[in-house]
Amino acid sequence: MVERKLPKLEVAGSTPVVRFFVSARSSIAVFAVLAVVGLLAYGLVNKGSSGITVGDAAPTAPLPRLEGGGSESLTDYRGRWVLVNFWASWCLPCREEAPALERFQQQHGGPGFTVLGIDSRDLTSDGIAFVEQYGLSYPQLRDGDGDASRDYGTTGVPENFLVDPSGKVRLVFTGPISEEYLREAVAPLLPSDKS
Amino acid sequence: MKARVGLLALFALALLAPVAGAAEQTTLGEIEEEVMCPVCGTLLQLAEAPQAQRQKAFIARLIAEGRSEEEIKDALVVEYGDEVLATPKGSGFSLSAYLVPIVAFIVAVVALAVGVMRWRRAGGGGPSDRGGAGRRDPSGEDSDRLDADLARYDL
Repeated sequence: MVERKLPKLEVAGSTPVVRFFVSARSSIAVFAVLAVVGLLAYGLVNKGSSGITVGDAAPTAPLPRLEGGGSESLTDYRGRWVLVNFWASWCLPCREEAPALERFQQQHGGPGFTVLGIDSRDLTSDGIAFVEQYGLSYPQLRDGDGDASRDYGTTGVPENFLVDPSGKVRLVFTGPISEEYLREAVAPLLPSDKS
Repeated sequence: MKARVGLLALFALALLAPVAGAAEQTTLGEIEEEVMCPVCGTLLQLAEAPQAQRQKAFIARLIAEGRSEEEIKDALVVEYGDEVLATPKGSGFSLSAYLVPIVAFIVAVVALAVGVMRWRRAGGGGPSDRGGAGRRDPSGEDSDRLDADLARYDL
């Protein structure tokens, strides 16, 4: 019987070019999995940090004034209670709450407290017209690109945040704020007089 | 001859003039395709939210004032920030949106070229490989044995 000694055959997958593509494919797959895991982690971390709650420090990034130029930050109001009110002229519920906020400002506004309006994702001219229409006397800032809204984690307008003199959030109210809420939840926290 | 060329040039200019004029005049539809509704997070042309309606009215007003497309986009950026643009600007960090695909393409081409070079260096492209991957000609001794083996069969 003749000994069969045939040349050793290489498997198709072992040629250099196939090896190269197999290793490249593995690297791409590993990279893709890592990218997906990273994106999921980033999304979870971001979701977890979105939206400030009672006890958190209120964001203090400066914003341009709606009228008159220049900018202001919440730190300019340190030592006072501030009711931060996010609104927009195109928002119908904002029209409902604007008169109540102005009346509250008239009653309680002073060195110890102020309402601070932030006009969010709105046209400047529309915002100014809104302020004039409702005769709003409290200071107004502009958040055209929505950065401040994102910092506060708002989900829409209107939303209100009561910030204490040390800069901590004491109340969060989503939706149009009512006179009843202002009288029963906000007023008791404020200094007894307007001084 | 010169007069004929001059007449032809005038004729061509007359034909192009309305086209050039039309290119400067933008429309609400054109702008809506290139800007976002900041509140909805969609293209403005798909948005019907109250904020989007105000944004459309703002654009229509600027068009009526004779503003160009770039001027209108600039005005929208002043109002709503860079994110109002559906396509990023070609400067600053936004430039990466254009550069990254180009760099990725170059890297892919280089990787492919390196892979092909390595394959060729390893003899992968030689004529002896045409029959199949990893196939080699048998040595003289093996060839003799193969011939002897085959001679046993009446094919």
